[in-house]
Amino acid sequence: MFRTVAELVEQAEQDNILISEVMIRQEMDVKNVSRDEIFRNMENNLQVMENAIDQALEGVESVTGLTGGDAVLIQNYMREKTPLSGNLLLDAVSKAMGTNEVNAAMGTICATPTAGSAGCVPGTLFAVKNQLNPTREQMIRYLFTAGAFGFVVANNAFISGAAGGCQAEVGSAGAMASAAIVEMAGGTPQQSADAFAMTLKNMLGLVCDPVAGLVEVPCVKRNAAGSSLAIVSADMALAGVTSRIPCDEVIGAMYRIGKTMPTALRETGEGGLAATPTGQAMKEKIFGMADTKA
Amino acid sequence: MKYNSVFDIIGPVMIGPSSSHTAGAARIGKAARNLFGAEPTWAKIHLYESFAKTYKGHGTDFALAGGLLGFDTDDPRMSKALDIAHEKNIKIEFIEDDAKAHHPNTARLIIGNDADKLELVGISIGGGKVEITELNGFELRLSGNHPAILIMHNDRFGAIASVTRILAKHEINIGHMEVNRKDVGKEALMVIEVDQNMEDWILQELENADHILQIAKIDS
Repeated sequence: MFRTVAELVEQAEQDNILISEVMIRQEMDVKNVSRDEIFRNMENNLQVMENAIDQALEGVESVTGLTGGDAVLIQNYMREKTPLSGNLLLDAVSKAMGTNEVNAAMGTICATPTAGSAGCVPGTLFAVKNQLNPTREQMIRYLFTAGAFGFVVANNAFISGAAGGCQAEVGSAGAMASAAIVEMAGGTPQQSADAFAMTLKNMLGLVCDPVAGLVEVPCVKRNAAGSSLAIVSADMALAGVTSRIPCDEVIGAMYRIGKTMPTALRETGEGGLAATPTGQAMKEKIFGMADTKA
Repeated sequence: MKYNSVFDIIGPVMIGPSSSHTAGAARIGKAARNLFGAEPTWAKIHLYESFAKTYKGHGTDFALAGGLLGFDTDDPRMSKALDIAHEKNIKIEFIEDDAKAHHPNTARLIIGNDADKLELVGISIGGGKVEITELNGFELRLSGNHPAILIMHNDRFGAIASVTRILAKHEINIGHMEVNRKDVGKEALMVIEVDQNMEDWILQELENADHILQIAKIDS
């Protein structure tokens, strides 16, 4: 069983297989189930992701009215104007945000690795799909590659905002997406690791400060940041740029930063954006009370 | 290792908005229902730390109710679970407890009906994965890495043997096992970690064994 990214890359290189294949073989081994069954389960997750994006692009609104509709705005803008950041990147941003809009609207999503960060992996997948034309199997493998890296983070650091801040959620999700993009684009396992490290580095220190404690503001827009960073880091790695700090050490840094983060900035809805006058006013409007316990 | 499957990371499929606060809460509620062995008619739920502060916004309340109703994380009725519980005349009370907890996402569920009650503490460790840390005053040390069966039984000669005999017959391997009792001859708890998820019909067979009171499983 691999415990670190270094071990994951080493196993892939030694056997001359993809990262996704290392993850698939380990899953078969640990769970004692067939390859077919594992693929079927992951295909089901992929279908849930695709459905959520379809739903988002029809337009959704959350129960509170705080979020929804931004994914559609971006798609309209892409059709009517020439986006400065490019169509592929904006498509990923739109689909990532859309997934989280569906999440906030109590729709069905696949937690990847969490619900609050569920947009980055599918958002980037369904954007790069248009350019890389993957087979369905390659799309399923994208999720195994992302999962392999998330597996290391979850076991060595954390993936929940309450435990480690938003760097653990959207930071991990964006970084997982980076690694998967690299594999789908034909990069090496080490390039996947470099892309992962470069995305996570740029998410270090990110606090979890949901307004009114809801998974809406700023979560939806942070998935936009995670998915765009994922694509940029993947391109950097594919261009040959490497991470000067090894991937596992970046994960270690994320863990230590999370451990020293005050509780107010770890999903309690008490600090950061949640504590701004507007954040407090939104909370009062939704729950009919200011934070009396703070 | 806390997580041992790729589907802990890519998954679960769920109704929003939060994997720790909603999906995890639903799984804690469902574990309590399964262990109780029936749909409760009342529940008092203590919430601690992050659970206490943000449960309304995260739907932790409806998710715990959904779990008590037996819903899976992706049940389309999930966000209406409080209403459904109300219609079924199940009384659910949420208590924002300001006591310190070992984990930021902790819930203590006391559930019951006219005849019986059960108390369980669950923590949600992220991405929808949960651990049960206490059951009816018994402290548990479930790693969460493997499927487990929890068996409340009478502290009697042969109770453990009858359980292990059934597991052996179905070629189910035990990875870790603990037995705890409150007092000699009273209620006791067996916690057995096994290598594969258990079929319901095997649980049924275990439940019919001598001295067994209640049984529940936690899939991994």
